[in-house]
Amino acid sequence: MAFRNYILVCGGTACESSKADAIYEALMAECNAQGVSEEVQIVKTGCFGFCEQGPIVKILPEDSFYVQVKPEDAQELIAEHVVKGREVKRLLYSKDPVKRHAKVEDIKFYQKQYRIVLRNCGFIDPENIEEYIAREGYAALEKVLFSMSKEDVIEELKTAGLRGRGGAGFPTWMKWNFTKQAASEEKFIVCNADEGDPGAYMDRSTLEGDPHSVLEAMTIAGHTVGAQKGLIYIRAEYPLAIHRLEIAMKQAREYGLLGTDILGSGFDFDIEIRLGAGAFVCGEETALLASIEGRRGMPVPRPPFPAVKGLWGKPTVINNVETWANIPVIIIKGGDWFSQIGTQDSHGTKVFALTGKIRNSGLVEVPMGTTLREIIYDIGGGIAHDKAFKAVQTGGPSGGVITKDYLDTPIDFGSLSKLGSMMGSGGMIVMDEDDCIVDVVKFYLNFSVDESCGKCSPCRIGGRSLANLLEKITKGNGEMADIDRMREIGEAMKKASLCALGQTAPNPILSTLHYFRDEYLAHIIDKKCPAGKCKSLITYSINPEKCIGCTACARKCPVGAISGERRAVHKIDPAACIKCGVCFEVCKFGAVDVR
Amino acid sequence: MAKMTLEELRKLRDTKKVEIQKRDISGKDSQIIIGMGTCGIAAGAKVVLDAFLKELDTHHIENVSVTQTGCMGLCYVEPTVEVLSPGMPPVIYGKVDANVARLIIEEHIMHSRMVSEHVFDRPSTDIIKDGGK
Amino acid sequence: MIHMKINGMPVEIEAGSNILAAAKKVNVNIPTLCYHPDLPAWAACGLCVVKQENSPKLLRACAAPVVENLSVITHDAELYQIRKTVLEMILSTHPSSCLTCGRNGTCELQRFAAEFGIREQPYEIRLTDLPKDTSTTSIVLDPTKCIKCGRCVQVCQQLQGVYALEFIGRGDNTVVSPAAGLPLNDSPCIKCGQCSAHCPVGAIFEKDDTREFVRAISNPDKHVVVQIAPAVRVALGEAFNLPVGTITTGRIYSALRRLGVDKVFDTNFSADLTIMEEGTELVKRLTTGVGAIPQITSCCPAWTDYMEKYYPDMIPNFSTAKSPMMMQGAITKTYYAQKANIDPAKIFSVAIMPCTAKKFEISRDENMYASGFADVDLVLTTREFARLIKASGIDFAVLHDEPADSPIGMYAGAATIFGNTGGVMEAAIRTAYTLITGEELADVNITAVRGMDGVRTGEVDVKGTKVRVAVAHGMANVSTLLEEIRSAREQGAEPPYHFIEVMACRGGCVAGGGQPYATTDDIRGKRIAGLYTDDEKSVYRCSHNNPEIKQIYADFLEKPLSEKSHHLLHTTYTERKIYKK
Repeated sequence: MAFRNYILVCGGTACESSKADAIYEALMAECNAQGVSEEVQIVKTGCFGFCEQGPIVKILPEDSFYVQVKPEDAQELIAEHVVKGREVKRLLYSKDPVKRHAKVEDIKFYQKQYRIVLRNCGFIDPENIEEYIAREGYAALEKVLFSMSKEDVIEELKTAGLRGRGGAGFPTWMKWNFTKQAASEEKFIVCNADEGDPGAYMDRSTLEGDPHSVLEAMTIAGHTVGAQKGLIYIRAEYPLAIHRLEIAMKQAREYGLLGTDILGSGFDFDIEIRLGAGAFVCGEETALLASIEGRRGMPVPRPPFPAVKGLWGKPTVINNVETWANIPVIIIKGGDWFSQIGTQDSHGTKVFALTGKIRNSGLVEVPMGTTLREIIYDIGGGIAHDKAFKAVQTGGPSGGVITKDYLDTPIDFGSLSKLGSMMGSGGMIVMDEDDCIVDVVKFYLNFSVDESCGKCSPCRIGGRSLANLLEKITKGNGEMADIDRMREIGEAMKKASLCALGQTAPNPILSTLHYFRDEYLAHIIDKKCPAGKCKSLITYSINPEKCIGCTACARKCPVGAISGERRAVHKIDPAACIKCGVCFEVCKFGAVDVR
Repeated sequence: MAKMTLEELRKLRDTKKVEIQKRDISGKDSQIIIGMGTCGIAAGAKVVLDAFLKELDTHHIENVSVTQTGCMGLCYVEPTVEVLSPGMPPVIYGKVDANVARLIIEEHIMHSRMVSEHVFDRPSTDIIKDGGK
Repeated sequence: MIHMKINGMPVEIEAGSNILAAAKKVNVNIPTLCYHPDLPAWAACGLCVVKQENSPKLLRACAAPVVENLSVITHDAELYQIRKTVLEMILSTHPSSCLTCGRNGTCELQRFAAEFGIREQPYEIRLTDLPKDTSTTSIVLDPTKCIKCGRCVQVCQQLQGVYALEFIGRGDNTVVSPAAGLPLNDSPCIKCGQCSAHCPVGAIFEKDDTREFVRAISNPDKHVVVQIAPAVRVALGEAFNLPVGTITTGRIYSALRRLGVDKVFDTNFSADLTIMEEGTELVKRLTTGVGAIPQITSCCPAWTDYMEKYYPDMIPNFSTAKSPMMMQGAITKTYYAQKANIDPAKIFSVAIMPCTAKKFEISRDENMYASGFADVDLVLTTREFARLIKASGIDFAVLHDEPADSPIGMYAGAATIFGNTGGVMEAAIRTAYTLITGEELADVNITAVRGMDGVRTGEVDVKGTKVRVAVAHGMANVSTLLEEIRSAREQGAEPPYHFIEVMACRGGCVAGGGQPYATTDDIRGKRIAGLYTDDEKSVYRCSHNNPEIKQIYADFLEKPLSEKSHHLLHTTYTERKIYKK
């Protein structure tokens, strides 16, 4: 027999520490006391996010959301909600009255996420076109083919204010309009699914979870600008996404939604998949087109822009997966609706891949203008293992870091670049106190260096020079002049590189030189790595006060650098130590110091 | 499926809409939907799928369908599974393995009891269902 | 016309031009290491960045087209700093061995380093340690000096259609090399040397054979005989600051004698000889129906190499006549040796050429040893020759003219225009007309085949018979013509042309891979004009009227296409693999 009520008590670690267990016990006791234990099931759940308002209790089926619940509240919750069926108003979550993004107030009360792009991900069976159709799928195409003019479509996108989600944020309607106006017998529609930022996987998930939304959008674009052929450039490392796209395309053709004479409208459009080998630079649109054409994936100068002279020299609309996935919704619900979401500068939502030292890592979609604090603490549940927040890196290797002081910045295209970072494709990597900024920057820079196509000298040489300077600094050989050198090179790369890869590759370094100068100085002047990450700059030693001479460290040391008799204080020979950290891990007494 | 006309597309959408709504609220049959994105599969969703099929077989349950969907975004608790059962609110289970799959069948499906410690929340409202409100 | 501003100065310029050109109009030079007017902008070096008004984004002056009302700042403190940093970065990956580099004094990178006053290397020096590619006898690739500007790759692919060079590797590991890192000699390379002529630094350089030459002239047992190609005489002056297009034939003869060579002859003599052989061959094909139509010229060794690799089915269409250089070599060691009573084994035959492929041609197959010895022992390019003259302390610019030696030094005007596109065609028509009709042309200036279009076609009226001709230059332009012939042949149709002239380099040999640096279309035009002036000033305009030509047939060869001619002056061709391995 089903229960009348289900009480969900947040059992995430953060709420646990806020006495979730006590609340659970109290609720149980109250149910027994008030004689409803047969009618109610009390369930401990995973973290809801939103830990700042914890502990959280949710009662189903009413979907009542109680925040900051204390064990003392259990009596009232059971007596009022369960027994009498009345919500306990004082504990219900109420919206922050001074929310800066007033436009998003129509979001269902507690959830910070708003899923437009990911609307079908996790809802439908991506391999079944009928499930997509059931959820207004291909209704936008229907509208475009039969009841909108091509100009209307452009106008709708213009009203919506949709900007490209691939990184640069160029207005989508303008791209479409350039291609629409370009005179050519042949035009192309291209979907950029060459997702390459480390830690970003929103495009993959969208294609895996909702392939038809991209197919529908591309078909709409084809009809609007006068193209009959679409290509999806996707990296070969995404086999499942490719598989689902193939199924989706096959089904769409069978249902007459792709191919000749779509829905009897007389419009022909078909789509092909082109596999990329995973070169990061092929996400740059001109390099992507070169790669499709079978040439080496290297950017070429713009103008001419692909919208006018693109694939095989023909006008080509290129948008990335996330941009495409927005299109059908905008057509169905209207540009006005879309423009109400987000900020003045950036409308709609943005999908972020939230990773790093975060409790709830995952794919999140939030309205533009949501603050980093909301994403990290409300959705992400805060920093894992209760460590201190240090910085968040956005925009992948092209972005910068954002520090604690800026956590309340509502994020959109403009605000992020003002902070020296960028939206990028939506990677968001959270760092805690254990992360060394110089080390993290080195990782990103090495990524950019590895992925540079090698065409233009500022990027090819500058990137390597920067990476080498960072290596030098983390090895303890840095000098103060290196800071100026890095700035000089970084600025020249930013200004003189041919494509966005080179122009943005120095961002992590320039941004951290600004926000974390002290940490660089610690590496350069004091020859210390404050986070204890840079091996050359740390030493392991044994604290004689704490060491009890258990020999555990000496037994585990792979190079025999630790000496000492049983029950006597041990010693690490710094000359022999390879700083592997095993002694630190095995010591049960915290006697190994890392400095 | 032959190519559709506009009318046929609309008709198909209307019928399917009802079906999909039904599974949301009061369908007689239970449905188990497994998140089978790359993230889910990497975390073991295929093993979970097999476990569900095996458990249903073991208990001779025939009115439960097992289907797949994409990633719900709850990457930190993959594999995720949504269970829709008559008389119960829709529930998303995270960190599901073969053992949890067995519990879901035995507790949730057979006895309408949620499996504690594995319930998670859908991350957002459904703009399609709510018409954006 | 587009109206824009450069540093506040109004500029009017044709639509489609780039900002570099617009700046030049108001005497502003924007530095660039990768842009070359022969090539589409590649936008690699990053030096030519300029600011546009009201935009934070910098433009690359080489690639950005002019736009109405565009306002551009080309030089300011920030741009200076950016350019200097980029230059310092490039220098950090380039050896500072300027003193021992072939481009010392002509290097574009060196020039900018000087202009920007680079006095220290602030960035870590990182040089590649890849070995030199010395696999060909024509050019040497030195990857350590390469700045990856991409000019050579574009020249090889876009201008020449050869695709021997490409970028391999990525990022910091990018190198310019034949596919899969093969040696150049195993690649499709046709040795035209255009890469070396366009390289801004010393990364691709002609194989320097000047020491061989010096050794030969200082060896008393060697009888050193030198020939100079048509195009050398109109370009060498540039190395001595003479006006572009100056004809320096007499000064070259004089300089050669001062260098100590024993006899000074001229490739032009054999250009006339080539016309006699090739013209007769053409007339024979046209009148007897023996041999494939069209007949295609074979003077250009880069072109023959290309055809053997890419269009072997066209081999029957090749004229069997050797190039003028090889004919000159063969008769030097036979006809001249007999006349002068010198043991041909002692003759050291040197050719001064505008071309790096000529270094390859002298040993391309056994037909190049028709005299029983190497018909040509050594080829020096114009650039090498200029260095030799300078090193020998010869004040070339003010030398007095001297004549060539007899009996193989005299030439007709028809020979000198072998050095430019359309010239071989024109020379051949002048003589073929006479061979067919027995009459002299009233006007020997065949202007219809002159010009700079990549492919030019026309008809020549030989007393009522229409001869269809075509001229192509710049290797990438040739395939259109060849495809046309192929498809006519496949359809069994009448060949679209009777006679085709092909030169691998744009503009012909005047802009060959061994000519002085910084060749542009403007310079090509001036050199070509210089050769036509030389032609007009000639006593004889047609090859068949050259008295020394008449003499060699009377005394030695008997007649064109004689058995002796066939042995000494004609050759064969074979299909070759595009990649040897």
